Amino acid sequence: MRRISAGALAIAVAMMWLTANTTADQQAAGASTAKPAPRQGSGQAAASTAKPGAKPYKAPRTPDGQPDLGGFWSNATYTPLERAQNITKEYYTPEEFKKVMQDAQARDETQTTPGTTADVHYDFTQFGLDKSQHTIAQNLRTSQIIDPPDGRLPPQVPAAAARAQAQAAERKQQGGQYDRVQNMPNGSRCIIMGGAGPPLRDAGYNSTYHIVQGQGNVMVLTEMIHDARIIPLDNRPAPPSGLKQWVGMSRGRWEGETLVVETTNFNGRNPVGGGRGGGGSSDAVKVTERFTRISDEQIEYKFTVEDPNTWTRPWTALNYLQKTNGPIFEFACHETNIGVSGILAGARADEKRAAEAAGAKTGSR
Amino acid sequence: MTKRWFVGGAVLAGALFLLATSVPGQTGYKAPRTGDGKPNLNGIWQAMTSAHWDVEAHPAAAGPMWELGAQFAIQGGAGIVEGGQIPYTPEALKKKRENFANRTKLDPEIKCYLPGVPRAMYMPYPFQIIQNPKYIMIVHEFAGAVRTIYMDNHTDAPAPSWMGWSNGKWEGEALVVDTKGYLDSTWFDRAGNHHSDELHTIERFSARSPDTLNYEVTINDPKTFTRTWKMSLPLYRRVEPNAQLTEYRCVEFSEEMLYGHLKKKTSE
Repeated sequence: MRRISAGALAIAVAMMWLTANTTADQQAAGASTAKPAPRQGSGQAAASTAKPGAKPYKAPRTPDGQPDLGGFWSNATYTPLERAQNITKEYYTPEEFKKVMQDAQARDETQTTPGTTADVHYDFTQFGLDKSQHTIAQNLRTSQIIDPPDGRLPPQVPAAAARAQAQAAERKQQGGQYDRVQNMPNGSRCIIMGGAGPPLRDAGYNSTYHIVQGQGNVMVLTEMIHDARIIPLDNRPAPPSGLKQWVGMSRGRWEGETLVVETTNFNGRNPVGGGRGGGGSSDAVKVTERFTRISDEQIEYKFTVEDPNTWTRPWTALNYLQKTNGPIFEFACHETNIGVSGILAGARADEKRAAEAAGAKTGSR
Repeated sequence: MTKRWFVGGAVLAGALFLLATSVPGQTGYKAPRTGDGKPNLNGIWQAMTSAHWDVEAHPAAAGPMWELGAQFAIQGGAGIVEGGQIPYTPEALKKKRENFANRTKLDPEIKCYLPGVPRAMYMPYPFQIIQNPKYIMIVHEFAGAVRTIYMDNHTDAPAPSWMGWSNGKWEGEALVVDTKGYLDSTWFDRAGNHHSDELHTIERFSARSPDTLNYEVTINDPKTFTRTWKMSLPLYRRVEPNAQLTEYRCVEFSEEMLYGHLKKKTSE
């Protein structure tokens, strides 16, 4: 499976950009005593943030006068949500970032061993499952989290640990993960993907969005499982507390060039900020997103997560939506989910074999 | 006298003009415009028919699950098929009857599969039109089904799909949507009316009043039908002040019927 991949090409292109823009960025940093300007993935975006005192970018307008966020966007990134424990600075140098990307690329390529079943199932370089083949919204930040300043999720409140324990106990009571479909992860069941949001989180692959604005609404279509969120802009009252949803209920407004979206009424079943071991937000979470188009090619995407049942303080992260090519093809996940039946049938076959082996052993005694 | 004749003539001429220009499905109503001057179809819409049970005329009847009694029995209706009957080929009619007989096992709606077109348009769930010069989105409450209508850069379907590949254009007051690239896996209703992967639909959406649309769909599928046929129905705006699509993420509602037989025997 080793070959000169599109990923290597992506790194080469990215490095060309980094080299080309270092001077501008250094000037920006030098001209200001504040924090260095965030460095973005496209030449145009970098230029727009690089000139101190330059006029801020003003987005084109939709026919109904909204700043235009329309089109196809990717938020795939190599910047992790949380800063790694062994990193103490906010930004990588371009040289360091080059190594980070190359290491990630190498990890992508070695995910499967050629000739194995896993390799046939997930041919990362062939089908675009290798992240580096995606349009990547790059920046030199060492974490998406910008507040707290250490780039890490804030400490959890005691109630969060208690909730995680109760959830673990409930899962245990329900039996093994492959005992029945209801015990399997939401994503495997095609109910919802972990990063579907809000907030919009980058995924391992298919981190693509289509934004379409109609009069009084913004629609954000997430490629994964065709999740379409319609954000009303008409200052309607808060949603009723009795209606909780997987993706919550969103209310949006324009603050100048920035679309501000507040979402509450989550059902808590697709937590924000959870790891593989579970955890993350409760149904009391409030997510505030800020979409600001900062160039023809980029939307700055900032989100704040508040959940007094989980964290001691709110936290804020920043990522970029990078213009990419459409269209998005229908992601019919559940309709052809032979994975679920295959996994469950496999588990039952294993049990049957084990029972037969145990029976044979008993019989031979 | 002369004046009277003149007025009468004008009225007559006006009536003749109306007659000459009125096309079925058009009311002469002119919709408010969007910022780019197109009829504004933005909104949350819903059908009010019993066509989701059967697009053809049908009397009220017991439902497929006797346990649910009168709550999930079939509401009668005059149907939405122009001319009354779907012009199936003999083989396709046979398949329709088989589908009906096995509908609790076969109907893709029960499995929470993407409903396809036109079925999604008259299911008993609202859908929202998000209208933009380049893309018009139709977002359905049922299963979160989504359709992207490409208003420029028309292309053929890159591959077959459940909701098809839609190219749209404006013809005066009407949004005309041409869709191909369908899978053969969707149905038209709960009665087992069906189509093949050669299905080609042409839909026309036009405003008939501030809060209603005329919707008509022409169905062409030579593998299944002996001729082109048509369905039409009004769509009603959901006028509640805070109307919003509510999540109907139905996968987990279908899982027990789809995968229940594969669960571990002791995990009941």
